[in-house]
Amino acid sequence: MSLAIRLRHRFPSVQMDVAFETPTPGVTVLFGPSGAGKSTIIAAAAGLLRPDECRVVVDGQVLADTEAGIWLPPERRRVGLVFQDARLFPHMSVATNLRFGLRRAAPGTVRFDEVVELLGIGALLLRRPHTLSGGERQRVAIGRALLAQPRLLLMDEPLASLDAGRKAEILPYLTRLKTALRLPVIYVTHALDEVIQLADSMVLIEAGRVIASGPLSDVASRADLPLAQRDDAGALLLCRVAEHDAGRELTRLEGGGASFWVPLLDAPLLSDCRVRIPAREVILAGKPPDAISLHNIVPGTVRRIAAQAERRSVLVEIALPSGALLARVTPDAIIRLRLSPGAPVLALIKSTSIEVLGA
Amino acid sequence: MLARYRFPGRPLLNALVHLPLVLPPVVTGWLLLIIFGIRGPIGSLLYDWLGIRLAFTTAGASLAAGVMTFPVMVRAVRLSLEAADLGLEQAARTLGAGRLDRLFNITLPLASPGILVGGIVAYATCLGEFGAIITFAANIPGQTQTLPLAIYTALQVPGGEATAAKLSLVSLTLALIGLLLSEWIGKRLNAALGR
Repeated sequence: MSLAIRLRHRFPSVQMDVAFETPTPGVTVLFGPSGAGKSTIIAAAAGLLRPDECRVVVDGQVLADTEAGIWLPPERRRVGLVFQDARLFPHMSVATNLRFGLRRAAPGTVRFDEVVELLGIGALLLRRPHTLSGGERQRVAIGRALLAQPRLLLMDEPLASLDAGRKAEILPYLTRLKTALRLPVIYVTHALDEVIQLADSMVLIEAGRVIASGPLSDVASRADLPLAQRDDAGALLLCRVAEHDAGRELTRLEGGGASFWVPLLDAPLLSDCRVRIPAREVILAGKPPDAISLHNIVPGTVRRIAAQAERRSVLVEIALPSGALLARVTPDAIIRLRLSPGAPVLALIKSTSIEVLGA
Repeated sequence: MLARYRFPGRPLLNALVHLPLVLPPVVTGWLLLIIFGIRGPIGSLLYDWLGIRLAFTTAGASLAAGVMTFPVMVRAVRLSLEAADLGLEQAARTLGAGRLDRLFNITLPLASPGILVGGIVAYATCLGEFGAIITFAANIPGQTQTLPLAIYTALQVPGGEATAAKLSLVSLTLALIGLLLSEWIGKRLNAALGR
């Protein structure tokens, strides 16, 4: 099943022309600088804004197709929307807020108790919205949207107004929701940590256009995209816990067709996890070094070399059997190792520099 | 309607509603007399068909007071509707609430403090109405005599100061109660809305 959105709209300052298709269920992150048009896409998908041309199809259900004259109003779309500011109804208790959409929706699969439990808001039910903290408010808003039994959930920078602490408090709930409720989700953000933890697919948007879209690990490890320009550029791999070595205090992960040793993890065998390998932590070598503390020597093939002149560095995309790594090195290193697309290369990665995130 | 919708004639309707606020009350009363008097275009219809006479009756006094305080009321309702958060209505929409559903469950409850306070202030203003009523409904004790009219009448009679003072005290008390009540209710409602 899939979710397809296409829209064209002329604003005074920018012409938007966006189209993407993404598998469902799953979390698709719209990523890009502010003003790129991410919120316009959300508003159009919810039906709150009517672009010049627009087509929204969720799992075969046409919610909007301006060419065919179809435009379902927001109240009949069954599309949940979580705003940046929670927008809880101030004159209702938390419980009444949660039930607002539930009472108006046809019976569905999302149960009240389940949502309250997943979001940890059981203790808040009788409180008024203005007595809640920002993080609590946002959790209630997410619950309220989910209980309206949406066929698509839109989240417009739901964590942007929260400080780092509150954000860290909510992210685990979102990860739990994602696995518990198999729902298509479009998630807008410009924070990379949210992308890394939540996204399955990613759509990069800039100045009203899609510049790349696809599975997260593909988009995140391309050297030619703006993501690679960031200081914290790095590859992302979906891995599986393959082996614990309690004696050496190491865990072996498998992902992208390669193996990675990391410091011992507290996760069951065969469980899934996400791994981020920062490009600046990856060393390239022509032949394996000996007598070295390093655990991870990963063979691959150079796929793309992108010069980043203003940094006096080069980003090398290294193809693995399925997936890729990124390495940031100096132009001189490219010359000394005689690297060019197609050349075999070894990626040396310290096990302590691999960031392991939950499933 | 004035708060939310743009339609042709909106400025004209707006001006008509607010006219009694800026027009001398006597002029308003006289215009009412022309329109609703026995020989006026609406007054004659009402009298011929329904037997209702407005000019120089209690009902007429009420009408005059209503017309005079209507703009106060409209302003209060309009300000609180305009201040109502459109974002909350959008949220309600995405949760499946239709137009009337939103009006009764979101917009009106949130605007209720403003509407109530407006009502109380309008009531207090009503009690003090003078010019429009004396012109349209005259000054008939027990029928169309409002407080200020009674005070004025008392002052015209030699030795009526005592009566005037008593009536003024009543007027002062009612006005104060009205203002304090509106303040108090407004605060309570706003607290309930978490503001």
